[in-house]
Amino acid sequence: MKGESVNNIQLAKRSPSGIKIIWQELKKDRLAFGSLFFLLILLVSVYIASFMMDQKAIARVDIYSIYLSPSERNLLGTDYAGRDILGQLIFGTSNSFTISLCITSLTAFIGLSAGLIAGYFGGVVDNVIMRAIDFIMSLPSTMMIIVFVTVVPKFTVTNFILIMSIFLWTGKARLIRSKTLAERELEYVQASRTLGTPHWKIILSHILPNISSIIIVNFTLNLAGNIGLETALTFLGFGLPESTPSLGTLISYARNPDVLENKWWIWLPAAMMILVLMLSINFMGQALKRAADARQRRG
Amino acid sequence: MWKFILRRFFVMIPQLFILSLIVFALAKQMPGDALTGISMDPRISPERIYELREKAGLNDPWYEQYGRWISGIIHGDFGKSYTHKIPVTEVIAERIWNTVFLALITLILTYLFAIPMGILSGRYNDTWIDKIVTGYNYLGFATPLFIFALIMLFVFGFSVGWFPTGGSVSSKVDAQTFEYYVSKLHHVILPALSTALIATVGTVQYLRNEIIDNKFKDYTRTARSKGIPDNKIYTRHILRNSLLPIAAFLGYEITGLVGGTVIIETIFSYPGVGQLFISSIGLRDFSVVTAIVMMLGFATLLGTLLSDIILSLVDPRVRVE
Repeated sequence: MKGESVNNIQLAKRSPSGIKIIWQELKKDRLAFGSLFFLLILLVSVYIASFMMDQKAIARVDIYSIYLSPSERNLLGTDYAGRDILGQLIFGTSNSFTISLCITSLTAFIGLSAGLIAGYFGGVVDNVIMRAIDFIMSLPSTMMIIVFVTVVPKFTVTNFILIMSIFLWTGKARLIRSKTLAERELEYVQASRTLGTPHWKIILSHILPNISSIIIVNFTLNLAGNIGLETALTFLGFGLPESTPSLGTLISYARNPDVLENKWWIWLPAAMMILVLMLSINFMGQALKRAADARQRRG
Repeated sequence: MWKFILRRFFVMIPQLFILSLIVFALAKQMPGDALTGISMDPRISPERIYELREKAGLNDPWYEQYGRWISGIIHGDFGKSYTHKIPVTEVIAERIWNTVFLALITLILTYLFAIPMGILSGRYNDTWIDKIVTGYNYLGFATPLFIFALIMLFVFGFSVGWFPTGGSVSSKVDAQTFEYYVSKLHHVILPALSTALIATVGTVQYLRNEIIDNKFKDYTRTARSKGIPDNKIYTRHILRNSLLPIAAFLGYEITGLVGGTVIIETIFSYPGVGQLFISSIGLRDFSVVTAIVMMLGFATLLGTLLSDIILSLVDPRVRVE
């Protein structure tokens, strides 16, 4: 008798899970699928290349080859200290991507926790978290990050990631909170609570899976945004320390008008790399967004 | 209505207070104070420096120092710039109008592009014109401002040479003449255009969605069944409803511009507050830095306030009691 009912449940056609739907939508969107494919190839080759190459050799100053234009020896020329641009581009790409990924993951974790707690429990907790978020959001974040970066006693990559994360988790927390609020009122959550399921279990095993598609979409779009923000700050001179070259470091050489006007090979490849990265991640993100929203699905 | 505005205004006061505390704490963390220059001087004894510090109140507990600092700010006194040797307010006053001018032109250009684009793609959605606007939106959303601005500067400033590549006004013209204002405008167009072309994205997207939503609402159907011509439905009925939220985002738009000034003024060597901020940090002129953070923080809080007020004016549901 018992076995039969279990069988019946399994026979009932299971609706595909959120992640499965997203994957199917992504495959249908040729632009997004192409972007994903392209991005994977680009990143894998960049990471492998940066492992194979000797970072010290790239960072070595060579005064006999300053500002060389692209040639067979230096495919993308050299910078003001005679360092190879292509090598710096490869290291810069892997550094920028890794750090943006760290920032995105950290902000996702903070934003998710704050959003779930505020949305699920409501009341005073919600009020306190939301006021904090409102306040952080109304600060001039670019300037605050720059001031923090200057003030912090020991400036390292870890500190940079932490400082960026302080100001970047708020939007995500707000989004997750509003979704959790809506989800909390649904019957399945009420039912589960009546059965005596503890709060943490409801949050983690009921609500979290149901908002997972929103989280994935938001993560992708934030990743693209963070690459832009990190490189912009490094461009201004307040991002990654010089020992860790970023794509922004290469572009910051263009603050010298002579480099900007006459030595395109120094900054243009890095600028294009950022554009290509952000565009392909965004194309994926937009396709995921359509997939997560049943009204916009292509079928 | 007034009750809401007043209440919203009172919410801003604790926010300002916390902002000032954070800025003050950061300022205390920054190396160097008004007497650092003197204490390096070997001719002055440490006892004398201690005396001077005592006199300047630098040995007082932090809350007394904070009290003096904040009351100075309320009276418009931000202290003295270490590098320029003149009051901070004067240093900033030289630059602030450049930034306001740039922000104003940027705002005008943004709406000049965004509103027609939003209307066209919303009204004729899924046609070729909508596809072009949406495609542009995709690109604009994914392009970071500083890269776009650099490329604009490279193409229109250096390669084609249509626009100056730095400064806010040509040194060859006299102040207060007609040429002076033309030159000012000429200098501001490229940075403003670069920002505006990227900043339109959000507004276009929002306006398009609003128009498409309103298209299928009951009031539109009623208007149509009464025989009102299509053009009139769009201009008189749909557009009015769709533009309201856009108007309300004006304040948030200002908040966004404040963040952008730092980057855009650095790229175009435009002598505004953002560039002053970056150069002051480089020169370790922290009294200027704190004053700018405080001022622009106030501006963003004001921008959010403005948006909330406009939003509650156009949409009574927002007026939380």
